[in-house]
Parts: sequence; structure tokens; C-alpha cells
Amino acid sequence: MAATQVIRSEWTKIRSVASTVWTLSLAVVVTIALGMLISALSKSEFDDMSRGDQLSFDPTFISFAGMSLGQLAMIVFGVLVVGNEYSTGMIRTSLAAVPQRGTFLFSKIAVATGLALVVAMATSFVAFFLGQAMLGEHKASIGDSGVLRAVIGGGLYMTLIAVFSMGVAVMLRSPMLSLGILMPFFFLISQILGNVGATKTFGQYLPDQAGSRIMQVVTPLDDDTPYGPWGGLAIMAAWVVAALAGGYVLLKKRDA
Amino acid sequence: MIELEGLTKRYGEKVAVNNLTFAVRPGIVTGFLGPNGAGKSTTMRMMLGLDRPTAGDVRIDGQHYDRLKDPLKYIGALLDAKAMHGGRSAFNHLLCLAQSNGIPSSRVHEVLETVGLTSVARKKAKGFSLGMGQRLGIAGALLGDPRILMFDEPVNGLDPEGIHWIRNLMKSLAAQGRTVFVSSHLMSEMALTADHLVVIGQGRLLADTSMADFIAQNSRSYVRIRTPQRERLLDVLHGAGITVVEAGGEVLEVDGSKSERIGELAAQHQIVLHELSPQRASLEEAFMRLTAESVEYHAHSDAPLEQEQREPWGDGWRKD
Repeated sequence: MAATQVIRSEWTKIRSVASTVWTLSLAVVVTIALGMLISALSKSEFDDMSRGDQLSFDPTFISFAGMSLGQLAMIVFGVLVVGNEYSTGMIRTSLAAVPQRGTFLFSKIAVATGLALVVAMATSFVAFFLGQAMLGEHKASIGDSGVLRAVIGGGLYMTLIAVFSMGVAVMLRSPMLSLGILMPFFFLISQILGNVGATKTFGQYLPDQAGSRIMQVVTPLDDDTPYGPWGGLAIMAAWVVAALAGGYVLLKKRDA
Repeated sequence: MIELEGLTKRYGEKVAVNNLTFAVRPGIVTGFLGPNGAGKSTTMRMMLGLDRPTAGDVRIDGQHYDRLKDPLKYIGALLDAKAMHGGRSAFNHLLCLAQSNGIPSSRVHEVLETVGLTSVARKKAKGFSLGMGQRLGIAGALLGDPRILMFDEPVNGLDPEGIHWIRNLMKSLAAQGRTVFVSSHLMSEMALTADHLVVIGQGRLLADTSMADFIAQNSRSYVRIRTPQRERLLDVLHGAGITVVEAGGEVLEVDGSKSERIGELAAQHQIVLHELSPQRASLEEAFMRLTAESVEYHAHSDAPLEQEQREPWGDGWRKD
């Protein structure tokens, strides 16, 4: 079974359902619009901030504020790409056509990841430039130290969130269950675990907490995070690999 | 050619498929018959490598399913008409299957034409009726022009015209020398399409026989008698060397077509008869007798069974 055949097939699948368009469009619009809004608000409130807050003001990171909500749409994208196979029963037709389950799974993941990467990278750049436009005199420039890394990192972060969701959806097989776990986890629980003193030592290793580090250009004053921007992204990537490996093992083993 | 060798599937304690060994040969329609829950679908899923056997083996043209390069070119299957993404158009559904097996997209148009869905090719599958869904599923099975075709309950939900179409399709596929394997829980449907029968019940093989043999063995004729003077008639018939089966109530049954002789004997001995009727047991009845012990979910009353027995065979599918 040639993997290129399966990749073409998966591309047909992904472009022929409406959920692909609306989840990705939502991710783009929400991330950019919310980023612009929060950038504009930050600009107007800058003068009222404490001296410390002004010193650690991170215009790049501010322009990515919309990702906290936009990533949820990326999660929905990732979950539906995989989960729809199960919820519709298509998985049996798909695996009868491509019985090599590894080839099937990784072709699907590759196509969905490629598409997510293109969209996420474009979103990240647009969110950065429009956000900076809102920030006026407080803006960062793409040429400043660490900024380009943060902008590219923003695209990688959103992509990895989607891929992680795909892995979870393969393991759980149900889109509703996957969304029911992933959405509150990334929107609330991980934020709390990663920022509350008691759980922070553990919470900061959660995929989104570690991965979002790459979007910071100015480190906060009291920062004691034990990893750097790329270290954080590597931790997130490790979570993604683990989710995919878990999904692969279960897919290999289970009856379809 | 599909070969099963001791195929077994266990779910915990429950044995769904129990040590099945049989072969499905090319050039004929092989009916795979069993009551609901007999393990037909599980067996078919194992044939396609979707479910893993607990023990035993299935081979498609001598190979394991997952060893086939571009399997849709060897074997096409309709398992479940709903096994597709409803948001995708009929054309795109078939296109993604075709691409995964290196089948040209021109073939998608051909099979859509074959099943009569060309006019709705760009419509989303979720708007399809059950019959249209079945047709789309069958289009998917035909896509790779395979030598082996497998249909799980293909007439379910089809209107009479659709059923007629499916029967002819299966027969013509077999006539082209292909292997056609079709499951059903309706004996009457099989009687019209299948050349060979594989019957299972509770996962076990009950029969593997040609349709002609099955009919010869199982469509027995008998005479049905009702009389208020049961004991006397029994004595008289015994005296004449005729074997009688007591079928409950005041009903007696005598094998063969001896109604004239029985009528004459009754007249001689002045026995009153309320009924004396030659009967022909339906294949449906033979099938039910064969699978009686292995039906998993019995209805509690025997009355409906009596009803079914009186119908001429071949009528069953009209109700479903």
C-alpha cells in the first residue's frame, strides 16, 4: 500500500467535509480578533499599570492573547478529523480500504497536521502584525530579539494543540467524550494547575503550559520556570508523541 | 475464494463465532444464513481484518486481508450502509476510497452510474434514504472491480424494486465468475438468490450445502389432519402401517402425500375429520427448525411461529 495513495485519499476526506472549514476559520478569526482587542485594551491601560508590569510588558505575547480561545477551535478541528471516522462508522470502510492501520493513521495525521500548520502559521503572523498595529508606541518589531521565534512558535503551538487532540481522539474514539475532556482541560483546568502555587511544579509541565512559553519574548520578573522557550515546546511535543503513540497502539490492537 | 479455518471470536466469556471452517467458492452466490445475533456480521468483519479472530484464520485468495495490496481490487464489501460520513458527497466518499487503492476517478463515475446514483453524486450522503445509502455502499464495493464481493444484509430497508435490482446484480456478478458472499436472516430471500448455503447459529456451523440439496432435504410434504376422534384414527392409521406425528391439540401430521388413503381409511371406519389437507413445509420452517436450538433471543409465545409456518415460502421478504 503506497502511503502517497492514502495521503491523497485523506486529503480528499479532509477537504470534503464542512467541519474542516468552519473549525479552522473559527480558529483564525477568534485568535486574530481577540488578540487585536486585548492589544488595543492593553495600549489604553498601559499608563495605569504598575512599574513592574510596565517593565515586563510583552507586546508579542499580548498579541497572541486570542490563542487561549482560538486553540479551542483547533482542538475541535483535531478531534473531528479523527473522531468523525468513529462517530459516523466510516472507520470500518476506511480500514477495509487501508488495512495497514499505521499507514492509515499516520497519513491522516500527516494531512491534518500539514493543513493545521499552514493555517496556524498564517494566523500567528497575522495576529502578531495586527496586534502590534493596535499597540501603537508599545509595539514590538519582528526584527527584535526573540520575536520571530515567538511568532513562529505561536504557529507551532497551535498546530501541536491540534495534533495532541487528534491523538486523544484516536484513543477515546468518541468526539463528544474527547471534546468534553479536552475543552475544559485546556480552557480552565490546565490554567489553574499551571498557575496556582501548590500545583505549579507539576502544572507547568502540562502541554499547553510548557508549549506557550515559546510565545513569550519578555520573561516575567519573578520567573523561575525550569525550561526555556524551545525546552517548553519540546515538552509539549513529547506530550503529542505520547498521545499519538497511545492512539497508534490502541488502533493496532482494537477491533474496528 | 474465501477460506475460513477454525475461525473463532470470543468476547470475554461469550463465544460469538465458534470454530467456523468453510470455503466460499467463485462463480456462485453463497448465502450466509443465520438468525439475528448468530455471528454473521462478526464473521464478515473478521474476513475484512476489522476484528481480530481469537483463534483460527481467514484467507482471501490464499492471503491474509492485511497483506493484500490495494484490497478493494480483491474484495469489495458492503457491511453497513451507514458506515460513511454523512457530510461528504457521494462522489467524494467514493473518490477517497478510490484514491486510497490507486483506482482512477473515472471508475467512481462508472460505479455511480451502475448503482443509479449519478444524479445525486454531489449530494451529501446524510440526505440519502436507506435504499440510496445501500446503493452507495454497493458502489463502494464494486469500485475496485474485485473478484470477491461480500454483502451483509443487502436487502434490508430496500423497496421491492431495489430488492429485485440487488438480486439480479448478485446473480450477474456470480455469472461473471466472481465470488459472491451474501448474508441474510431470511431463508426466503436466500432461496431466490443463493446457489450454496452456509447456515450458522450461535456462531456454530449448522449446514454447508448446495441450495438444491437443502431444498430436497428440507421441503418435506405432509398431510395435516384434525379430528375429534383422535385416538381411534391413531389406531386405524397404525393398523394400516402409517406413521403419525402428533402435532399438538387435535392435529396430526403424516409424512408424504397420502391424503387419499387417509380419507378412505377414515370413511371406512366412520371417523369424523375436520381437516384433511396436504401441506408443503416451507424452507423458512426448515431453517427455523435447523436453528431452533441456537436462536439467541426467543419470542416467548409460540403462536407467531405457527403463523409463519402456514405461509408459502418466498413470501417472507415482503414483510421485511
